[in-house]
Amino acid sequence: MAVERSLELSVPSRVEYIAVVRLVVSSLATARRALADDRIDDLKLAVSEACTNAIEANMEAGEDAPVVVSCWEAPERFEVCVADSGQGFDPDDLPQHPPVTDPERLNFERGLGIPLIRSLVDDVRFESGAEGTAVWMTLFGGPDYGDETSEIVRVVIAEQE
Amino acid sequence: MELGLQVDDSRSPYTVLSVKGEVDVYSAPRLREKLVELVSEGHRQIVADLEGVDFLDSTGLGVLVGGLKRLRSHEGDLTLVCTQPRILKVFEITGLTTVFKISGSVDEATAS
Repeated sequence: MAVERSLELSVPSRVEYIAVVRLVVSSLATARRALADDRIDDLKLAVSEACTNAIEANMEAGEDAPVVVSCWEAPERFEVCVADSGQGFDPDDLPQHPPVTDPERLNFERGLGIPLIRSLVDDVRFESGAEGTAVWMTLFGGPDYGDETSEIVRVVIAEQE
Repeated sequence: MELGLQVDDSRSPYTVLSVKGEVDVYSAPRLREKLVELVSEGHRQIVADLEGVDFLDSTGLGVLVGGLKRLRSHEGDLTLVCTQPRILKVFEITGLTTVFKISGSVDEATAS
């Protein structure tokens, strides 16, 4: 089955709307039983981080443009795109933090968003240029994906067959 | 949703700051203000109880890192209370579990 867009949200570039986006996107993934519960938490955080960056990008560019969030669904796969109209950035040229064992680490309060997104989702793609940035994030798995109990049940069922 | 911030200074020398709700780029400035206020009032051993936190993003992490830095520069410390896997995961991914002292309860954090 092809990946289909199931939802598109356009929200003002204001931080108070991020909680709304989180709620809507995670509710959709939950209602569709697209992901396991702990992956819904990953989705919420990744979407939130992408929206935070998108709003900041629009504000820095002086753009009154909205942040556009779209969700794409396929069996055992949930994809979200967060797009802004900012000036773009190079995702491979981000400042590096000192290691956590270095006391200097405490001087860095920002810049954790993109590393978090990379850790939380199964696949992330940045399409960035002078017209803006689109962050594509994909999570795989159905509602039981990664659930140990379900894995055991599946093995037992497989053995009986 | 409004961020709930409650201060309990009955466990001297510790000051317990209970945080409730979602900590993101919208609400984190209030947490930052509260931490700055507590330090400026002379509180040095702060225990941030995150058990009531439903959501924590990188901005919230940044505020906690800033609070820790501020306290350490005043010979103080910031201890976190957190047992929720979904919140602990954010600290683990970012490696910050090695930067913060993380306790399982307020009693444990204020025991010494």
